[in-house]
Amino acid sequence: MSLMALREQLNMLLNSMYIEGLLDQQFQQLQMLQDASSPGFVAEVITLFCEDAERILTELTKLVDQAVVDFQKVDAYVHQLKGSSSSVGAQNVKLACIQFRQFCEENNKVGCLNALNVVKHHYYLLRNKFDTMLQLEQRIQAYDSKQQN
Amino acid sequence: MSSPRGTKACGGVAADRQIHVLAVDDSSVDRAVIARILRSSKYRVTTVDSGKKALELLGLEPNVNMIITDYWMPEMTGYELLKIVKESSELREIPVVIMSSENVPNRINRCLEEGAEDFLLKPVRPSDVSRLCNRMR
Repeated sequence: MSLMALREQLNMLLNSMYIEGLLDQQFQQLQMLQDASSPGFVAEVITLFCEDAERILTELTKLVDQAVVDFQKVDAYVHQLKGSSSSVGAQNVKLACIQFRQFCEENNKVGCLNALNVVKHHYYLLRNKFDTMLQLEQRIQAYDSKQQN
Repeated sequence: MSSPRGTKACGGVAADRQIHVLAVDDSSVDRAVIARILRSSKYRVTTVDSGKKALELLGLEPNVNMIITDYWMPEMTGYELLKIVKESSELREIPVVIMSSENVPNRINRCLEEGAEDFLLKPVRPSDVSRLCNRMR
């Protein structure tokens, strides 16, 4: 695939992610912070976010599965995930976390179980697209460095 | 994904020294973002993941021109860190900025009353940081 075609694919992917609400303006802020002195910044943040999110989702799965749910603990983890998704611009994940916290406040176990599934759904959707994004970026950068040699 | 920088440099270099900011946050994502925002304005940045580590570093390294800390951290909150800094004769002159993802007026007032320089709502943006540049020690 040509460099131009790769760039077009990446742009289309990004645009669709904004339109579908997977990403919000905060992600644009992160893109603007990436430059020649920090070319891997967005990839770094995405990687950190995914590691963090998966760690938290694993914990949440265990906690919400208990016979007696510790809603405070659950809420603390959801708060963390809400924070990092907000910082990376992961809009749908963030909104799902906000809903989740409502159920925690109500001590609603069924609500929490459902909310966790919704968060996972949005997270894994996003992660797939992030994976594609990073692959495209890598291919584009490989082209650029080949052209310079 | 590279694009022209939208932020203008805030003067992280003053006279012959680089301004050193200590950023405290238990979230690895937030540490990466705040560090990048500060470094893009030419500040020297050290990040730590707890109030306890922040105090350890401050004990060893006196040349910190600003502390920017998350409010909600396990073990020691940003508010508790702020209080300790302001009660210390060696550290009290260092401006402390609090960051939080929650807009709680009581919390904000309490921090400002305790001597916080400013209170930033997360997610933090370059424009939030550029307004801090005049407050560095």
